[in-house]
Amino acid sequence: MDRHRRALVGLHVIARMLREMGNVRAPATILAAVLERAGGGDAYGRLETPIGAAFIAYNARGVSAVMLRVSAAEFERAFRARFARPIRRVKEMPGSLVTHLTRHLQGTRRSALRFDLRGLSEFERAVLRKALEIPRGEVRPYAWIAREIGRPRAVRAVGTVLAQNPVPVLIPCHRVVRSDGHVGNYGYGPEAKRAVLAAEGVNVKTLEALARSGLHYYGSDTTRIYCFPSCRYARRISDKHRVLFHSNAEAAAAGYRPCAACRPARAS
Amino acid sequence: MSLQSGGVVTMPSRKNGHGEKRPVDDRSLPAALAADLDGAFEWMVLSYQNRLYGFALRLAGQPQDAEDITQDTFVHAYRALMAYPGERVRDLALRPWLYRIALNVFRNRGRGGRLRVISLDHAGHESALGIEEQDAAVLPEQALEEAELKRTLGALVAALPARYRVPVVLRHVQDLGYREIASILRQPIGTVKGNVHRGVRLLQQAVNAQQRPALHVHGRRRR
Repeated sequence: MDRHRRALVGLHVIARMLREMGNVRAPATILAAVLERAGGGDAYGRLETPIGAAFIAYNARGVSAVMLRVSAAEFERAFRARFARPIRRVKEMPGSLVTHLTRHLQGTRRSALRFDLRGLSEFERAVLRKALEIPRGEVRPYAWIAREIGRPRAVRAVGTVLAQNPVPVLIPCHRVVRSDGHVGNYGYGPEAKRAVLAAEGVNVKTLEALARSGLHYYGSDTTRIYCFPSCRYARRISDKHRVLFHSNAEAAAAGYRPCAACRPARAS
Repeated sequence: MSLQSGGVVTMPSRKNGHGEKRPVDDRSLPAALAADLDGAFEWMVLSYQNRLYGFALRLAGQPQDAEDITQDTFVHAYRALMAYPGERVRDLALRPWLYRIALNVFRNRGRGGRLRVISLDHAGHESALGIEEQDAAVLPEQALEEAELKRTLGALVAALPARYRVPVVLRHVQDLGYREIASILRQPIGTVKGNVHRGVRLLQQAVNAQQRPALHVHGRRRR
Protein backbone atom coordinates (compact mmCIF):
# COMPACT_ATOMS: atom_id res chain seq x y z
CA MET A 1 0.00 0.00 0.00
CA ASP A 2 1.49 3.30 -1.00
CA ARG A 3 1.53 6.55 0.86
CA HIS A 4 -0.60 8.12 -1.80
CA ARG A 5 -3.49 5.75 -1.05
CA ARG A 6 -3.66 6.84 2.56
CA ALA A 7 -4.18 10.36 1.50
CA LEU A 8 -6.53 9.74 -1.35
CA VAL A 9 -7.90 6.50 -2.69
CA GLY A 10 -6.99 6.42 -6.37
CA LEU A 11 -9.11 5.25 -9.24
CA HIS A 12 -6.88 2.22 -9.79
CA VAL A 13 -7.48 1.13 -6.18
CA ILE A 14 -11.21 1.47 -6.66
CA ALA A 15 -10.98 -0.54 -9.87
CA ARG A 16 -8.91 -3.27 -8.22
CA MET A 17 -11.30 -3.56 -5.30
CA LEU A 18 -14.29 -3.69 -7.61
CA ARG A 19 -12.60 -6.46 -9.56
CA GLU A 20 -11.98 -8.39 -6.33
CA MET A 21 -15.66 -8.09 -5.46
CA GLY A 22 -16.32 -10.28 -8.50
CA ASN A 23 -14.61 -13.21 -6.79
CA VAL A 24 -17.67 -14.64 -5.11
CA ARG A 25 -18.97 -18.15 -5.07
CA ALA A 26 -22.65 -18.76 -5.56
CA PRO A 27 -24.34 -20.75 -2.76
CA ALA A 28 -24.20 -24.49 -3.46
CA THR A 29 -27.99 -24.66 -3.22
CA ILE A 30 -28.59 -22.80 -6.48
CA LEU A 31 -28.10 -25.67 -8.92
CA ALA A 32 -30.40 -28.06 -7.06
CA ALA A 33 -33.09 -25.41 -6.60
CA VAL A 34 -32.94 -24.33 -10.24
CA LEU A 35 -33.04 -27.88 -11.57
CA GLU A 36 -35.95 -28.68 -9.32
CA ARG A 37 -37.88 -25.62 -10.47
CA ALA A 38 -36.99 -26.24 -14.11
CA GLY A 39 -37.98 -29.88 -13.88
CA GLY A 40 -34.52 -31.41 -14.01
CA GLY A 41 -33.63 -31.76 -10.36
CA ASP A 42 -35.33 -33.50 -7.50
CA ALA A 43 -36.48 -32.85 -3.98
CA TYR A 44 -37.56 -35.47 -1.49
CA GLY A 45 -39.65 -35.90 1.60
CA ARG A 46 -41.07 -38.60 3.85
CA LEU A 47 -44.35 -40.41 3.45
CA GLU A 48 -46.05 -43.21 5.38
CA THR A 49 -46.87 -46.27 3.28
CA PRO A 50 -48.63 -49.53 4.26
CA ILE A 51 -45.22 -51.10 4.88
CA GLY A 52 -43.55 -48.22 6.68
CA ALA A 53 -42.09 -44.78 6.15
CA ALA A 54 -40.59 -44.11 2.73
CA PHE A 55 -38.50 -41.38 1.18
CA ILE A 56 -40.11 -40.04 -1.98
CA ALA A 57 -38.16 -38.05 -4.56
CA TYR A 58 -40.02 -35.92 -7.09
CA ASN A 59 -39.49 -33.22 -9.65
CA ALA A 60 -41.66 -31.23 -12.02
CA ARG A 61 -42.19 -34.34 -14.19
CA GLY A 62 -43.43 -36.54 -11.38
CA VAL A 63 -42.27 -38.98 -8.71
CA SER A 64 -38.79 -40.23 -9.55
CA ALA A 65 -37.77 -42.53 -6.69
CA VAL A 66 -39.10 -44.27 -3.61
CA MET A 67 -37.06 -46.08 -0.98
CA LEU A 68 -37.96 -47.67 2.32
CA ARG A 69 -35.85 -48.75 5.23
CA VAL A 70 -32.96 -46.41 4.58
CA SER A 71 -31.65 -43.33 6.36
CA ALA A 72 -31.89 -39.96 4.66
CA ALA A 73 -28.15 -40.03 3.97
CA GLU A 74 -28.36 -43.51 2.43
CA PHE A 75 -31.28 -42.42 0.31
CA GLU A 76 -29.43 -39.37 -1.00
CA ARG A 77 -26.34 -41.41 -1.75
CA ALA A 78 -28.31 -44.11 -3.56
CA PHE A 79 -30.29 -41.51 -5.50
CA ARG A 80 -27.18 -39.70 -6.72
CA ALA A 81 -25.50 -42.98 -7.63
CA ARG A 82 -28.45 -44.14 -9.68
CA PHE A 83 -29.68 -40.95 -11.32
CA ALA A 84 -26.57 -38.73 -11.26
CA ARG A 85 -28.71 -35.73 -10.35
CA PRO A 86 -28.59 -33.48 -7.33
CA ILE A 87 -31.28 -33.97 -4.71
CA ARG A 88 -32.31 -31.92 -1.75
CA ARG A 89 -34.59 -32.56 1.18
CA VAL A 90 -37.67 -30.45 1.79
CA LYS A 91 -39.37 -30.07 5.14
CA GLU A 92 -42.78 -30.42 3.59
CA MET A 93 -43.70 -31.81 0.21
CA PRO A 94 -46.10 -29.69 -1.87
CA GLY A 95 -49.68 -30.14 -0.69
CA SER A 96 -50.98 -31.22 -4.09
CA LEU A 97 -48.34 -33.94 -4.30
CA VAL A 98 -49.25 -35.26 -0.84
CA THR A 99 -52.91 -35.35 -1.89
CA HIS A 100 -52.09 -37.29 -5.05
CA LEU A 101 -49.82 -39.68 -3.15
CA THR A 102 -52.44 -40.35 -0.51
CA ARG A 103 -55.16 -40.95 -3.09
CA HIS A 104 -52.83 -43.18 -5.05
CA LEU A 105 -52.05 -45.30 -1.99
CA GLN A 106 -55.68 -45.48 -0.90
CA GLY A 107 -56.68 -46.49 -4.40
CA THR A 108 -60.15 -45.05 -3.86
CA ARG A 109 -60.07 -42.78 -6.85
CA ARG A 110 -58.41 -42.78 -10.21
CA SER A 111 -54.83 -41.71 -9.54
CA ALA A 112 -53.44 -38.62 -11.22
CA LEU A 113 -49.95 -39.32 -9.89
CA ARG A 114 -47.27 -38.89 -12.53
CA PHE A 115 -43.88 -40.59 -12.63
CA ASP A 116 -40.54 -39.48 -13.98
CA LEU A 117 -39.26 -42.57 -15.77
CA ARG A 118 -36.62 -40.85 -17.86
CA GLY A 119 -33.49 -42.91 -18.32
CA LEU A 120 -35.42 -46.16 -18.57
CA SER A 121 -35.73 -48.08 -21.84
CA GLU A 122 -38.99 -48.37 -23.74
CA PHE A 123 -39.30 -51.98 -22.54
CA GLU A 124 -38.72 -51.00 -18.91
CA ARG A 125 -41.32 -48.25 -19.14
CA ALA A 126 -43.83 -50.63 -20.75
CA VAL A 127 -43.39 -53.14 -17.92
CA LEU A 128 -43.85 -50.49 -15.23
CA ARG A 129 -46.84 -48.93 -16.98
CA LYS A 130 -48.47 -52.35 -17.26
CA ALA A 131 -47.84 -53.06 -13.57
CA LEU A 132 -49.60 -49.77 -12.85
CA GLU A 133 -52.74 -51.15 -14.53
CA ILE A 134 -53.10 -54.00 -12.04
CA PRO A 135 -55.92 -52.89 -9.75
CA ARG A 136 -55.49 -52.65 -6.02
CA GLY A 137 -56.40 -55.92 -4.34
CA GLU A 138 -55.45 -58.05 -7.36
CA VAL A 139 -52.29 -59.81 -8.52
CA ARG A 140 -50.97 -60.97 -11.89
CA PRO A 141 -48.13 -63.30 -12.88
CA TYR A 142 -44.86 -62.06 -14.42
CA ALA A 143 -45.75 -63.98 -17.59
CA TRP A 144 -49.01 -62.01 -17.82
CA ILE A 145 -47.09 -58.71 -18.02
CA ALA A 146 -44.74 -60.18 -20.62
CA ARG A 147 -47.66 -61.23 -22.83
CA GLU A 148 -49.65 -58.06 -22.30
CA ILE A 149 -46.79 -55.87 -23.53
CA GLY A 150 -46.24 -58.15 -26.54
CA ARG A 151 -43.01 -59.75 -25.33
CA PRO A 152 -44.27 -63.19 -24.21
CA ARG A 153 -40.80 -64.70 -23.97
CA ALA A 154 -39.35 -61.89 -21.85
CA VAL A 155 -40.69 -63.21 -18.53
CA ARG A 156 -37.29 -63.11 -16.83
CA ALA A 157 -36.60 -59.64 -18.17
CA VAL A 158 -39.94 -58.49 -16.73
CA GLY A 159 -38.81 -59.81 -13.35
CA THR A 160 -35.52 -57.93 -13.62
CA VAL A 161 -37.24 -54.66 -14.51
CA LEU A 162 -39.67 -54.99 -11.61
CA ALA A 163 -36.78 -55.82 -9.27
CA GLN A 164 -35.25 -52.47 -10.22
CA ASN A 165 -38.50 -50.53 -10.03
CA PRO A 166 -37.39 -47.01 -9.08
CA VAL A 167 -40.74 -46.25 -7.44
CA PRO A 168 -41.78 -49.37 -5.47
CA VAL A 169 -45.13 -49.33 -3.66
CA LEU A 170 -46.36 -46.48 -5.91
CA ILE A 171 -45.83 -48.49 -9.09
CA PRO A 172 -47.18 -51.74 -7.66
CA CYS A 173 -44.53 -54.28 -8.58
CA HIS A 174 -45.72 -56.11 -5.46
CA ARG A 175 -48.88 -57.01 -7.37
CA VAL A 176 -46.85 -59.13 -9.77
CA VAL A 177 -46.40 -62.70 -8.54
CA ARG A 178 -44.87 -65.93 -9.73
CA SER A 179 -46.67 -67.78 -12.51
CA ASP A 180 -47.21 -70.77 -10.19
CA GLY A 181 -49.27 -68.50 -7.96
CA HIS A 182 -46.74 -68.08 -5.15
CA VAL A 183 -46.13 -64.55 -3.96
CA GLY A 184 -42.46 -64.59 -4.95
CA ASN A 185 -39.67 -62.24 -4.05
CA TYR A 186 -39.62 -58.58 -3.19
CA GLY A 187 -37.01 -55.91 -2.68
CA TYR A 188 -37.91 -55.60 0.98
CA GLY A 189 -38.46 -59.35 1.46
CA PRO A 190 -41.41 -61.68 0.73
CA GLU A 191 -42.95 -60.82 4.11
CA ALA A 192 -43.18 -57.15 3.15
CA LYS A 193 -44.79 -58.20 -0.14
CA ARG A 194 -47.42 -60.24 1.73
CA ALA A 195 -47.98 -57.35 4.11
CA VAL A 196 -48.52 -54.74 1.43
CA LEU A 197 -50.81 -57.08 -0.55
CA ALA A 198 -52.80 -57.88 2.59
CA ALA A 199 -53.08 -54.15 3.31
CA GLU A 200 -54.61 -53.77 -0.15
CA GLY A 201 -57.22 -56.46 0.56
CA VAL A 202 -55.62 -59.46 -1.14
CA ASN A 203 -56.32 -62.73 0.63
CA VAL A 204 -52.71 -63.89 0.53
CA LYS A 205 -53.30 -67.11 2.50
CA THR A 206 -56.00 -68.34 0.12
CA LEU A 207 -53.89 -67.47 -2.92
CA GLU A 208 -50.92 -69.40 -1.56
CA ALA A 209 -53.09 -72.40 -0.65
CA LEU A 210 -54.42 -72.42 -4.22
CA ALA A 211 -50.88 -72.17 -5.57
CA ARG A 212 -49.80 -75.18 -3.50
CA SER A 213 -52.62 -77.27 -4.93
CA GLY A 214 -51.76 -76.12 -8.47
CA LEU A 215 -55.12 -74.45 -9.06
CA HIS A 216 -54.66 -71.10 -10.82
CA TYR A 217 -58.10 -70.05 -12.07
CA TYR A 218 -61.62 -69.54 -10.80
CA GLY A 219 -64.55 -70.17 -13.14
CA SER A 220 -68.22 -69.43 -12.72
CA ASP A 221 -70.58 -72.14 -13.91
CA THR A 222 -73.33 -69.56 -14.46
CA THR A 223 -71.37 -67.27 -16.79
CA ARG A 224 -68.90 -69.86 -18.08
CA ILE A 225 -66.10 -67.30 -17.63
CA TYR A 226 -62.83 -67.96 -15.83
CA CYS A 227 -60.53 -65.49 -14.07
CA PHE A 228 -57.42 -65.10 -11.96
CA PRO A 229 -58.50 -65.87 -8.38
CA SER A 230 -57.79 -62.28 -7.26
CA CYS A 231 -59.80 -60.72 -10.11
CA ARG A 232 -62.57 -58.50 -8.76
CA TYR A 233 -65.12 -60.53 -10.78
CA ALA A 234 -63.75 -63.87 -9.56
CA ARG A 235 -64.15 -62.71 -5.98
CA ARG A 236 -67.89 -62.28 -6.56
CA ILE A 237 -68.42 -65.92 -7.58
CA SER A 238 -70.31 -67.66 -4.79
CA ASP A 239 -68.95 -70.93 -3.37
CA LYS A 240 -71.78 -72.87 -4.96
CA HIS A 241 -70.96 -71.73 -8.48
CA ARG A 242 -67.15 -71.62 -8.26
CA VAL A 243 -65.20 -74.04 -10.46
CA LEU A 244 -61.43 -74.38 -10.12
CA PHE A 245 -59.03 -74.99 -12.99
CA HIS A 246 -55.37 -75.93 -13.20
CA SER A 247 -54.73 -74.34 -16.56
CA ASN A 248 -56.14 -72.32 -19.44
CA ALA A 249 -56.39 -75.48 -21.49
CA GLU A 250 -58.47 -77.18 -18.84
CA ALA A 251 -60.85 -74.22 -18.64
CA ALA A 252 -61.11 -74.00 -22.41
CA ALA A 253 -61.81 -77.74 -22.67
CA ALA A 254 -64.63 -77.28 -20.17
CA GLY A 255 -66.14 -74.62 -22.44
CA TYR A 256 -65.12 -71.53 -20.41
CA ARG A 257 -63.94 -68.27 -21.95
CA PRO A 258 -61.33 -66.00 -20.32
CA CYS A 259 -62.45 -62.92 -18.39
CA ALA A 260 -62.09 -59.72 -20.38
CA ALA A 261 -61.03 -57.76 -17.30
CA CYS A 262 -58.16 -59.87 -15.94
CA ARG A 263 -57.37 -61.62 -19.25
CA PRO A 264 -56.13 -64.91 -17.77
CA ALA A 265 -55.58 -66.50 -21.22
CA ARG A 266 -52.55 -64.31 -21.53
CA ALA A 267 -50.78 -66.31 -18.86
CA SER A 268 -50.59 -69.96 -19.83
CA MET B 1 -38.97 -57.40 -7.04
CA SER B 2 -35.35 -57.33 -6.05
CA LEU B 3 -33.71 -60.43 -4.73
CA GLN B 4 -32.12 -58.56 -1.87
CA SER B 5 -33.86 -59.52 1.30
CA GLY B 6 -34.61 -56.31 3.18
CA GLY B 7 -31.96 -54.08 4.67
CA VAL B 8 -30.20 -51.53 2.57
CA VAL B 9 -31.33 -51.51 -1.02
CA THR B 10 -28.80 -50.02 -3.38
CA MET B 11 -30.06 -48.50 -6.56
CA PRO B 12 -28.00 -49.79 -9.46
CA SER B 13 -26.24 -47.08 -11.35
CA ARG B 14 -27.58 -46.68 -14.85
CA LYS B 15 -27.67 -44.44 -17.85
CA ASN B 16 -29.81 -41.42 -17.22
CA GLY B 17 -31.48 -38.86 -19.40
CA HIS B 18 -28.89 -36.22 -18.64
CA GLY B 19 -26.25 -37.27 -21.09
CA GLU B 20 -22.60 -37.50 -20.30
CA LYS B 21 -20.98 -35.54 -17.53
CA ARG B 22 -18.32 -33.62 -19.36
CA PRO B 23 -17.28 -30.01 -19.17
CA VAL B 24 -18.60 -27.81 -21.94
CA ASP B 25 -16.80 -24.54 -22.57
CA ASP B 26 -18.68 -21.27 -22.95
CA ARG B 27 -18.32 -21.20 -26.71
CA SER B 28 -19.74 -24.65 -27.38
CA LEU B 29 -22.49 -24.29 -24.78
CA PRO B 30 -25.19 -22.86 -27.10
CA ALA B 31 -24.75 -25.77 -29.53
CA ALA B 32 -24.84 -28.22 -26.62
CA LEU B 33 -28.01 -26.60 -25.29
CA ALA B 34 -29.64 -26.83 -28.72
CA ALA B 35 -28.74 -30.51 -28.98
CA ASP B 36 -29.62 -31.63 -25.45
CA LEU B 37 -31.15 -28.97 -23.24
CA ASP B 38 -31.44 -31.07 -20.10
CA GLY B 39 -27.92 -32.41 -20.42
CA ALA B 40 -26.22 -29.09 -21.09
CA PHE B 41 -28.38 -26.91 -18.87
CA GLU B 42 -26.66 -28.13 -15.73
CA TRP B 43 -23.35 -27.05 -17.22
CA MET B 44 -24.73 -23.68 -18.07
CA VAL B 45 -25.81 -23.22 -14.45
CA LEU B 46 -22.46 -24.41 -13.13
CA SER B 47 -20.41 -22.20 -15.42
CA TYR B 48 -22.49 -19.05 -14.96
CA GLN B 49 -23.76 -19.25 -11.38
CA ASN B 50 -20.79 -17.52 -9.76
CA ARG B 51 -20.78 -14.68 -12.28
CA LEU B 52 -24.52 -14.11 -12.15
CA TYR B 53 -24.61 -14.42 -8.38
CA GLY B 54 -21.78 -11.87 -8.11
CA PHE B 55 -23.71 -9.57 -10.42
CA ALA B 56 -26.96 -10.02 -8.49
CA LEU B 57 -25.16 -9.52 -5.18
CA ARG B 58 -23.90 -6.12 -6.32
CA LEU B 59 -27.29 -5.17 -7.70
CA ALA B 60 -29.38 -6.30 -4.76
CA GLY B 61 -26.81 -5.66 -2.04
CA GLN B 62 -27.68 -8.70 0.02
CA PRO B 63 -27.17 -12.46 -0.32
CA GLN B 64 -30.76 -13.72 -0.01
CA ASP B 65 -32.05 -11.46 -2.78
CA ALA B 66 -29.01 -12.28 -4.87
CA GLU B 67 -29.70 -16.00 -4.57
CA ASP B 68 -33.35 -15.51 -5.52
CA ILE B 69 -32.40 -13.39 -8.52
CA THR B 70 -29.84 -15.97 -9.66
CA GLN B 71 -32.35 -18.81 -9.33
CA ASP B 72 -35.06 -16.88 -11.18
CA THR B 73 -32.59 -15.99 -13.93
CA PHE B 74 -31.78 -19.63 -14.63
CA VAL B 75 -35.41 -20.74 -14.45
CA HIS B 76 -36.41 -17.99 -16.91
CA ALA B 77 -33.50 -18.99 -19.12
CA TYR B 78 -34.55 -22.65 -19.06
CA ARG B 79 -38.12 -21.86 -20.07
CA ALA B 80 -36.93 -19.58 -22.86
CA LEU B 81 -34.45 -22.18 -24.11
CA MET B 82 -37.24 -24.77 -24.17
CA ALA B 83 -39.44 -22.48 -26.24
CA TYR B 84 -36.79 -21.22 -28.68
CA PRO B 85 -36.25 -23.08 -31.94
CA GLY B 86 -32.91 -24.92 -32.07
CA GLU B 87 -31.46 -22.44 -34.55
CA ARG B 88 -32.04 -19.53 -32.23
CA VAL B 89 -30.44 -21.35 -29.29
CA ARG B 90 -27.38 -22.21 -31.39
CA ASP B 91 -26.87 -18.58 -32.40
CA LEU B 92 -27.44 -17.21 -28.91
CA ALA B 93 -24.85 -14.91 -27.36
CA LEU B 94 -25.30 -16.67 -24.04
CA ARG B 95 -23.39 -14.41 -21.68
CA PRO B 96 -25.06 -11.04 -22.47
CA TRP B 97 -28.39 -12.85 -22.77
CA LEU B 98 -28.09 -14.27 -19.24
CA TYR B 99 -26.95 -10.93 -17.81
CA ARG B 100 -29.92 -9.23 -19.43
CA ILE B 101 -32.32 -11.77 -17.92
CA ALA B 102 -30.72 -11.24 -14.50
CA LEU B 103 -31.06 -7.51 -14.92
CA ASN B 104 -34.71 -7.79 -15.92
CA VAL B 105 -35.43 -10.11 -12.99
CA PHE B 106 -33.80 -7.59 -10.67
CA ARG B 107 -35.70 -4.65 -12.16
CA ASN B 108 -39.03 -6.47 -12.01
CA ARG B 109 -38.49 -7.40 -8.39
CA GLY B 110 -37.63 -3.81 -7.55
CA ARG B 111 -40.67 -2.45 -9.35
CA GLY B 112 -43.01 -0.81 -6.90
CA GLY B 113 -40.59 -1.48 -4.09
CA ARG B 114 -38.66 0.95 -1.97
CA LEU B 115 -34.96 1.47 -1.95
CA ARG B 116 -33.23 -0.80 0.47
CA VAL B 117 -31.26 0.84 3.23
CA ILE B 118 -27.73 -0.43 3.12
CA SER B 119 -25.85 0.13 6.30
CA LEU B 120 -22.24 1.23 6.11
CA ASP B 121 -21.61 -0.77 9.23
CA HIS B 122 -21.61 -4.31 7.94
CA ALA B 123 -20.22 -6.11 10.95
CA GLY B 124 -20.52 -9.82 10.34
CA HIS B 125 -21.62 -9.45 6.75
CA GLU B 126 -18.23 -9.13 5.11
CA SER B 127 -18.04 -12.61 3.74
CA ALA B 128 -21.64 -12.47 2.66
CA LEU B 129 -20.86 -9.38 0.63
CA GLY B 130 -17.99 -11.13 -1.01
CA ILE B 131 -15.14 -9.48 0.82
CA GLU B 132 -12.47 -12.11 0.85
CA GLU B 133 -9.94 -12.81 3.52
CA GLN B 134 -6.85 -10.74 3.43
CA ASP B 135 -3.58 -11.59 1.83
CA ALA B 136 -1.31 -12.89 4.58
CA ALA B 137 1.57 -10.79 3.29
CA VAL B 138 -0.22 -7.56 4.12
CA LEU B 139 0.51 -6.11 7.54
CA PRO B 140 -2.38 -6.50 10.01
CA GLU B 141 -2.91 -2.76 10.32
CA GLN B 142 -2.98 -2.32 6.59
CA ALA B 143 -5.16 -5.36 6.20
CA LEU B 144 -7.68 -3.84 8.55
CA GLU B 145 -7.62 -0.64 6.60
CA GLU B 146 -8.01 -2.51 3.34
CA ALA B 147 -10.92 -4.53 4.72
CA GLU B 148 -12.62 -1.38 5.98
CA LEU B 149 -12.16 0.23 2.65
CA LYS B 150 -13.67 -2.73 0.87
CA ARG B 151 -16.63 -2.78 3.20
CA THR B 152 -17.19 0.91 2.62
CA LEU B 153 -16.88 0.48 -1.12
CA GLY B 154 -19.34 -2.42 -1.14
CA ALA B 155 -21.94 -0.35 0.64
CA LEU B 156 -21.30 2.61 -1.62
CA VAL B 157 -21.75 0.49 -4.74
CA ALA B 158 -25.10 -0.68 -3.41
CA ALA B 159 -26.07 2.94 -2.77
CA LEU B 160 -25.05 4.14 -6.23
CA PRO B 161 -27.97 5.11 -8.51
CA ALA B 162 -28.89 2.19 -10.77
CA ARG B 163 -27.94 3.97 -13.99
CA TYR B 164 -24.33 4.07 -12.76
CA ARG B 165 -24.31 0.99 -10.61
CA VAL B 166 -25.32 -1.49 -13.32
CA PRO B 167 -22.68 -0.46 -15.89
CA VAL B 168 -19.99 -0.03 -13.19
CA VAL B 169 -20.64 -3.54 -11.87
CA LEU B 170 -20.71 -5.04 -15.37
CA ARG B 171 -17.50 -3.27 -16.37
CA HIS B 172 -15.40 -3.48 -13.22
CA VAL B 173 -16.83 -6.30 -11.08
CA GLN B 174 -17.82 -8.61 -13.93
CA ASP B 175 -15.03 -7.46 -16.25
CA LEU B 176 -17.17 -7.29 -19.39
CA GLY B 177 -16.27 -5.20 -22.42
CA TYR B 178 -18.10 -1.97 -23.27
CA ARG B 179 -19.59 -3.42 -26.44
CA GLU B 180 -21.15 -6.31 -24.52
CA ILE B 181 -22.43 -4.02 -21.76
CA ALA B 182 -23.98 -1.79 -24.39
CA SER B 183 -25.80 -4.80 -25.84
CA ILE B 184 -27.01 -5.90 -22.38
CA LEU B 185 -28.27 -2.44 -21.47
CA ARG B 186 -29.39 -1.64 -25.02
CA GLN B 187 -27.65 1.70 -24.77
CA PRO B 188 -25.18 3.38 -27.09
CA ILE B 189 -21.61 2.49 -26.23
CA GLY B 190 -20.75 6.14 -25.49
CA THR B 191 -23.50 6.36 -22.89
CA VAL B 192 -22.17 3.24 -21.21
CA LYS B 193 -18.60 4.55 -21.14
CA GLY B 194 -19.75 7.86 -19.71
CA ASN B 195 -21.87 6.24 -17.01
CA VAL B 196 -19.11 3.84 -15.99
CA HIS B 197 -16.66 6.71 -15.73
CA ARG B 198 -19.04 8.92 -13.77
CA GLY B 199 -20.01 6.01 -11.52
CA VAL B 200 -16.41 5.21 -10.62
CA ARG B 201 -15.71 8.90 -9.99
CA LEU B 202 -18.71 9.07 -7.66
CA LEU B 203 -17.42 6.02 -5.81
CA GLN B 204 -13.97 7.51 -5.49
CA GLN B 205 -15.31 10.80 -4.11
CA ALA B 206 -17.57 8.99 -1.66
CA VAL B 207 -14.79 6.66 -0.49
CA ASN B 208 -12.46 9.56 0.14
CA ALA B 209 -15.16 11.46 1.98
CA GLN B 210 -15.58 8.40 4.23
CA GLN B 211 -11.87 7.81 4.67
CA ARG B 212 -10.76 11.22 5.89
CA PRO B 213 -12.47 11.40 9.28
CA ALA B 214 -11.50 7.80 10.01
CA LEU B 215 -7.83 8.62 9.42
CA HIS B 216 -8.05 11.54 11.81
CA VAL B 217 -9.46 9.40 14.55
CA HIS B 218 -6.53 7.04 14.26
CA GLY B 219 -4.18 9.99 14.46
CA ARG B 220 -2.55 9.34 11.15
CA ARG B 221 -0.80 12.02 9.25
CA ARG B 222 -2.22 13.01 5.95
CA ARG B 223 0.07 13.95 3.17
